[in-house]
Amino acid sequence: MEPGRERFERTIAADERIEPRDWMPDAYRATLVRQIAQHAHSEIIGMQPEGSWITRAPSLRRKAILIAKVQDEAGHGLYLYGAAETLGVDRDELLDKLHSGRHKYSSIFNYPTPTWADVGAIGWLVDGAAITNQVPLCRCSYGPYARAMVRICKEESFHQRQGYELLLTLSRGTPEQHAMAQDAVDRWWWPSLMMFGPPDDASPRSARSMAWKIKRHSNDELRQRFVDICVDQAAALGLTLPDPDLRWNEERGHWDFGAIDWDEFHAVLRGEGPCNEERLTRRRRAHDEGAWVREAAAAYADKRAGVGAAA
Amino acid sequence: MSAPEHAPGGAPWATAALALGDDALILSHRLAEWAGNAPVLEEEVALANLALDLLGQARALLSLVGDEDALAFTRGPEAFTHVRLVELPRGDFAHTVVRQLCVATWQELLYERLATGASPLAPIAAAALPETAYHRDHAVTWTLRLGDGTAESHARTRAAAEALWPYTGELFDPVEGLDEVDLGALERRWRARVSDVLTRATVPVPGGARLPGSGRAGEHTPHLAALLDEMQSLHRAHPAASW
Repeated sequence: MEPGRERFERTIAADERIEPRDWMPDAYRATLVRQIAQHAHSEIIGMQPEGSWITRAPSLRRKAILIAKVQDEAGHGLYLYGAAETLGVDRDELLDKLHSGRHKYSSIFNYPTPTWADVGAIGWLVDGAAITNQVPLCRCSYGPYARAMVRICKEESFHQRQGYELLLTLSRGTPEQHAMAQDAVDRWWWPSLMMFGPPDDASPRSARSMAWKIKRHSNDELRQRFVDICVDQAAALGLTLPDPDLRWNEERGHWDFGAIDWDEFHAVLRGEGPCNEERLTRRRRAHDEGAWVREAAAAYADKRAGVGAAA
Repeated sequence: MSAPEHAPGGAPWATAALALGDDALILSHRLAEWAGNAPVLEEEVALANLALDLLGQARALLSLVGDEDALAFTRGPEAFTHVRLVELPRGDFAHTVVRQLCVATWQELLYERLATGASPLAPIAAAALPETAYHRDHAVTWTLRLGDGTAESHARTRAAAEALWPYTGELFDPVEGLDEVDLGALERRWRARVSDVLTRATVPVPGGARLPGSGRAGEHTPHLAALLDEMQSLHRAHPAASW
């Protein structure tokens, strides 16, 4: 075995971190670029569904919380594009792939947010599922990604608690507010379970990612962990989860849950979700409308550099 | 020129707190409209920062006068006393940057003065000063980049300055409770600072008269009614609810 590969294998086996200058297999690099970019894209597309409620937030306190949350998502996008850049790609190239549809983002953001309670349901369920997925990534074998995830998970858990608290307030509020909260949970529950990806026997890349310690737990394992956490929290919220098959399994020590509609998952992934077109169109428009600003900043920097060089 | 009669308590500083609180509230709202629409990711973070700082100032100022949510979500347009400059639509990025330059420069000068006073506004102004200095820095940096960037960015910045300039006069209208501030001197210092930045950005300093009327007297553009329709819609739809 050549020395680079040997060191790589040894680092992975010892549960240590691979750093940007270290030798790594091309497929390891490509897997990470794809995963980190997809995560970064999800953060910036994910600003839209909730961001649309900033201008209608019903109290100034909630408005401040929501602006800060959407700002955090932009910040997460920045850390993650930064982590991807350590692998030799640049942000513009990745954004271009997002805008042209060659890169995916999390399908969860292709669902609409028709009510204020959706802001709470996204915080509780979508951020909750994201944290369940992401906490193990803090121990991912690639150093810059693992370190970005430590910061991101801290902020995500804050968002999750804020979402829960928002839903609790609605659940204990007027009958209309309670109904709004229940309706949102009914709509977001199943898409949240789909965030963990296809079942293990249909997840072709999982085994290799686990061998490389990019991934630490299987999709089904993480999904079960999430269901187990949510059942108690739903009860505390005074809300129900829309699954008649949900019951405690003494033998397994876990909650059994109903079958997931994978046809829906694949349809949304193919671009047939309710908001796929809207999300990408809006992202492309923001990017295109900002082109003259980016060009101006570059031109100004060039002029300053010219002045500096002449001096 | 005095504000419509809705500042409870009757203390002169309450009129000022409401006017400055409304300025911050409405400008914050316009800045927050950039969420998901900014030209680069770094500006998503920066513009949200500005919006959050201003919303914090608005909450502190409105709370001096009454219940912050009742004031924000249940008043009609005629009861708002912010300057019309802050209610104009966000426009392109050049409009946002030039408006920030005008408002942040003014807020910094005003807050410096208020921070040394004895009214309940003093601690709020003192706490807001470092934020306002950052807002001014951000606006100056972008005014220079856009004004002295490309031909297109120069044209857009110049157009924004010309469109917004007639609204800037209201920043120096007398407000009950700001009697300690020499508004004439404030205006001269503001004009010198803003003109200096525009000149460095190669943007001609606009001339021309101010528009008649004043937001300080509850006179607004139709843009405010549209903004409030959206901002107050959910709150008003559930009058008995708490959030």
